Amino acid sequence: MQLRVDKLGVITAALTAYGAFLAPFATFRANRIVAGEGRSISEALPPTWAALVLLVVIVAIILAILKTPGVLRLAIALCALAVLALAIGAAAGQLTPPENTYARVSPASGFWLLLFALALLAADALTRLRPSPLVRVAILSAVLGFIAVVLISGAWDGLSLLKEYASRADTFWAEAGKHVMLALGSLAAATAVGIPLGVLCHRVPRLRDGLLGALNAIQTIPSIALFGILIAPLGWIALHVPGAAAIGIRGIGTAPAFVALFLYSLLPIVANTVVGLAGVPREANEAARGIGMTDFQRLAGIEFPLAFPVILTGIRIVLVQNIGLATIAALIGGGGFGVFVFQGVGQTAMDLVLLGAVPTVLLAFTAAIVLDAVIETATPYHNRVQSA
Amino acid sequence: MLRLPNLIRLLAFAVLIAFLTQPQWFEPLLRPLVQQNAPAIYNQGSLLQLTLLHLRTVAIATAGATVVALALAILVTRPSGAEFLPLSRSLVNIGQTFPPVAVLALAVPIFGFGEKPTLIALFLYGLLPIFENALTGLTTLPPAIMEAARGTGMTGRQRLMKVELPLAMPVILAGIRLSVVISLATATIGSTVAARTLGEVIIAGLQSNNLAFVVQGGLIVAVLAVLIHDGLQAAERRLGSRVGR
Repeated sequence: MQLRVDKLGVITAALTAYGAFLAPFATFRANRIVAGEGRSISEALPPTWAALVLLVVIVAIILAILKTPGVLRLAIALCALAVLALAIGAAAGQLTPPENTYARVSPASGFWLLLFALALLAADALTRLRPSPLVRVAILSAVLGFIAVVLISGAWDGLSLLKEYASRADTFWAEAGKHVMLALGSLAAATAVGIPLGVLCHRVPRLRDGLLGALNAIQTIPSIALFGILIAPLGWIALHVPGAAAIGIRGIGTAPAFVALFLYSLLPIVANTVVGLAGVPREANEAARGIGMTDFQRLAGIEFPLAFPVILTGIRIVLVQNIGLATIAALIGGGGFGVFVFQGVGQTAMDLVLLGAVPTVLLAFTAAIVLDAVIETATPYHNRVQSA
Repeated sequence: MLRLPNLIRLLAFAVLIAFLTQPQWFEPLLRPLVQQNAPAIYNQGSLLQLTLLHLRTVAIATAGATVVALALAILVTRPSGAEFLPLSRSLVNIGQTFPPVAVLALAVPIFGFGEKPTLIALFLYGLLPIFENALTGLTTLPPAIMEAARGTGMTGRQRLMKVELPLAMPVILAGIRLSVVISLATATIGSTVAARTLGEVIIAGLQSNNLAFVVQGGLIVAVLAVLIHDGLQAAERRLGSRVGR
């Protein structure tokens, strides 16, 4: 076998080596907010764990540098990531003195660097393998399933992040529910309103420029300002419209956040509906007219199905964006994962920030992968763009 | 010469400058938004100074993002860097799923409070649209022109500087414009980690239940974004008509 060097692999290998041998693996702190001390892999882990981590890391480095088949690279990257995930749990057990409930152990820069480098290796292998949408979703489910099993097994319970969670388990799930409700609910409302608006813009060109211009202008208002500005009209409605307060409309809280996300969501959905409908081939429309289809039949039977993948792309943009923006809702009392992020920033307790940020990123990432797979499945093969 | 949209822009610019230098002139307009004794104009610092700091933060972050993103895009579109092209495309896709607040909050433990984490978050977030557009611009050049450039005996470097970059420039500028507009709005979030931006005005308003603060902070950023967006777009059009794309 001829040995050839993989350029990208050299970079990933260098990052992996630095993360494993030079940077601290875990941080130990005597309590929640004092500065921490770094511990290397050999200091932080029981000998067998340390040996196992170093073994997979070295194998991963060798496989990354050499030109090896994609499946093999993916396998070693996922395997090393799994070992890493279990090892950081073991580090917490090793470093925390018995009976000490104040001490905190959290992943340090070496761990994050290893995580990043190995994820890069996996992402590169996946990009080269070009798996089908179904396989991508299957891999995602396997990774999420693995995380769930580790969480339930209690292997990470000694970590600072999980200690923050343990003292807030109830609020965590309440805020998670609010976050998802804000992101999905505003998306649903924007889809219900945006698609008909898009169809209208397509049919009445004079309306198009004005409406898209207005929606564009809304996008330039910074999110925290839009959330804040909406407090006033919604507060007024709650006071003066009978029954509004009863269904949960209030000046502060979820209502202005919901409306703000709804307004931000409209532009991608309306614009993509317009672009999608404009891209329907003239022949298809003429053929439909020729066989005597009514306007509505043509819209429902021809135009809409052909424009669907483009509209779906708009929905994907909105969902990922909304999951991120919903964190801002916490600033106006709207709840969501942002509550932990901003509390954590306020208390300089970084594990609390992570408790809000990690689920947000995971949620956005999952939504992106799932919707990308759906879009690819919905797009006719010959229309697919040649990109990863 | 002066058409209506440009007249409106000029007017918006004049009002913005007037508001930033003489905010008290606008006090009666904002007065109805606040309770009896509350101040209607931001009184914890100069609006002009905050605006300049805001613009400075965005400018530094965008300049850095432009240099790095452009260098990376050039690198992965050369034959020697072709191995990195597929992965860099997926990285851009993955990167865009990270919410700005999360990037900002996670930069705090590494860089501390203040301007630094905001700069880092804006830089990282600004990289993506510029890199994506530069890639599109550099990979969708008309093959006939590239062939002609090669045929005239230009070296790789000459082709890049004299043919590829000028032709891709309008698309690259569109990426920079997108990045600037996103950064202008995102920079306000930086004030949650004590960066001095116009977000300070909005957050002060949220904390003291002062709608006038929220509105003036939000509107200054929005008007800035629209004006800068239109200005860059005009520059792109001028360039675009020159390279005939």
